[in-house]
Amino acid sequence: MQFIDIQNVTKAYANHLALDSVSLSVPKQSIYGLLGPNGAGKTSLIRIINQITAPDSGEVFFDGEKLQPHHIAHIGYLPEERGLYKKMKVGEQALYLAQLKGVDRKTAERKLKFWFERFEIMAWWNRKVEELSKGMQQKIQFVVTVIHEPRLLIFDEPFSGFDPINVNLLKEEILRLKNEGATIIFSTHNMSSVEELCDNIALINNGKKILEGSVKSIKQQFRTNTFEAHLTEVSSDFGLNLPAGFNSLSQIKQENGELSVVFQCESHVKANDLLNFLLPYGQIVSHREILPTMNEIFVQQIESQKIKN
Amino acid sequence: MNKTLLILKREYLTRVKKPSFIIMTILGPLLMALLMVVPIFLATLSDSGIKEVAVLDETDWFSGKLENDENYTFKIVDNKLDTLKKKVLKGEFYALLYIPQPELNIPVNAVLFSAKQTSLTLKSYIHNTLKTEVENRKLLSSGIDPEVIKSSKTNFNIQTIKLENDGKESKSYAEVDVAIGMITSILIYFFIFMFGSLVMRGVIEEKTSRIIEVIVSSVKPFQLMMGKIIGIALVGLTQFLLWVILTMGIYSVVLLIFGSGAATQIQATSSMMGQGIGAQQIANNAQITQVFDVIHSIDFGVIIFSFMVYFLGGYLLYAALFAAIGSAVDNEADTQQFMLPVSIPLILGIVLSGFIVEHPDGGIAFWLSMFPLTSPVIMMIRIPFGVAYWEIALSMILLILGFIFTTWLASKIYRTGILMYGKKVNYKELWKWIRYH
Repeated sequence: MQFIDIQNVTKAYANHLALDSVSLSVPKQSIYGLLGPNGAGKTSLIRIINQITAPDSGEVFFDGEKLQPHHIAHIGYLPEERGLYKKMKVGEQALYLAQLKGVDRKTAERKLKFWFERFEIMAWWNRKVEELSKGMQQKIQFVVTVIHEPRLLIFDEPFSGFDPINVNLLKEEILRLKNEGATIIFSTHNMSSVEELCDNIALINNGKKILEGSVKSIKQQFRTNTFEAHLTEVSSDFGLNLPAGFNSLSQIKQENGELSVVFQCESHVKANDLLNFLLPYGQIVSHREILPTMNEIFVQQIESQKIKN
Repeated sequence: MNKTLLILKREYLTRVKKPSFIIMTILGPLLMALLMVVPIFLATLSDSGIKEVAVLDETDWFSGKLENDENYTFKIVDNKLDTLKKKVLKGEFYALLYIPQPELNIPVNAVLFSAKQTSLTLKSYIHNTLKTEVENRKLLSSGIDPEVIKSSKTNFNIQTIKLENDGKESKSYAEVDVAIGMITSILIYFFIFMFGSLVMRGVIEEKTSRIIEVIVSSVKPFQLMMGKIIGIALVGLTQFLLWVILTMGIYSVVLLIFGSGAATQIQATSSMMGQGIGAQQIANNAQITQVFDVIHSIDFGVIIFSFMVYFLGGYLLYAALFAAIGSAVDNEADTQQFMLPVSIPLILGIVLSGFIVEHPDGGIAFWLSMFPLTSPVIMMIRIPFGVAYWEIALSMILLILGFIFTTWLASKIYRTGILMYGKKVNYKELWKWIRYH
């Protein structure tokens, strides 16, 4: 079931095409990574989903319905350019922002108390935002993003500027929100967090989608047929003859009697073929296929696009 | 609750609760009251005791011409100048007037020595007396009796009466009209600038603190802009009302303390202050009563109603433009290039006010009071002189249309500008934003 369905969305600004007929679908209750270099069109797309700007053409569906103003109440948005009123008190400000999302004052107060206690920041309620450290402000920023229990959460570069402790807290909360039923879109450059959190991704470059799918399938798609194995008690004739399909033994490292090797193979070679080959030569400590990281796929895709242009 | 209302409430409450707002609200009327009360207070304080002024007159022209009054006595002395100077220093005399023997036959200058700064009244009294005496003597030497000249001087008054269509006649007094027109138009001018720039700063604050995108993901930029503009208008009205109430309060307290004697003096000083032009003339009570007569004959209904309309209409018109400027820049320093064309019409209105007062029904006055960017200031100057109702109505309609237009224009710039960072914006860029659909 698709929660967000974007169909052929195009958006042009005065002198450039920000989005060129982009289509995406975000499955319900999943974490969707929106990747791409700076200026690729991620923020433009996010602003369209948030109805801050309207697309020139194309359509967006929210849980099956055409996107409408009332959907705003079901979206929580943590923009990349974020901040709070510096002179306003924390509690008052959080209440205000919650009410702007359509939560009535009493409910907002109750929910804020819950979140403030959860993050152990109740003591800041009557402090001015400018008196707080950046890390504290980020917690508040997160609380006001989720206070109205949105069904769709959009995080634009959520980890930029967060300290490692808050990054972990944020990750935990994002996963928890997903388990509670929320659908999450997040745009980032931080590829390790993509692998850790995302179920699906889309890669956008120069306003065009160049890749979409589940993290697993994309990694499979870009597999390089590279295997790694660790062996001990290796017999002396290991590596002299490689079976068919094994192209090269590209890396050898010996440490404390343990040998690490990397094989480059043909695409039909399976993990078990490797295992069968290795068995006679020693004790197998571990073996696995090396799949490209999202970072490698990202860089490779963007670079190859550059060459094409 | 309606979101615009929520925004309006926040804009209003955060500003009204600020210490600076509270201080300004209290200080404003206190300063006004001081301005009225201090001169009276100083007058009642005026130096005790009679001061003696020594007069060393080497010409012998002026003995007996300088008359003693309750403050000063003049004593002709015949000592050496240096001894007299010492006496002044010792405090035996308050001052020493030295009229040296002139090189030609006619004395043309004198020196007033004193240990402390002499008062202006003393100086001008001496100046006038000596001058008159020299002039009289000159006249006599030409064979003209100064009495003839004196009797030819006439105090001539013109009373102006406005004829109304319904056959009524009302006493008019141009100075009062001028005062009312000037005060109301200057109030409007200040209100627009003070609270318009408050709107601008508010927009810039939201941009620089980066909260803007969080907010526009919840409300439409237009709602945010209108909430801000109207919220700040209410702040302005609150301050204005509090000023009026507090000033009245202080005024009545002063009346109680100083008694009714002070009251006429306050009225005199206050009307003099407002008057400017006619200040000198309102020296006697009879004229003050005449002024109050005229004030009573002025149609305050029309003036107050128009004041409210131009006050609010002008503010709304300009505040939208100020909001647009705020949205187009990243910090206050960059506002200059856009502020200039927006403030010129307003400043022009104030600069031309003297001219408008002279020609309240002229072509320039008419057209400027129709043009929405200048009408709030110019029309308020014209109204006390009497302006046809259709003109006022037309001007107000144009103002409202102007307000709708600037708000529409501003909202186009605003919704693009608030999300634009780090870009040096020029007029070409603004024009592009306006043309976005």
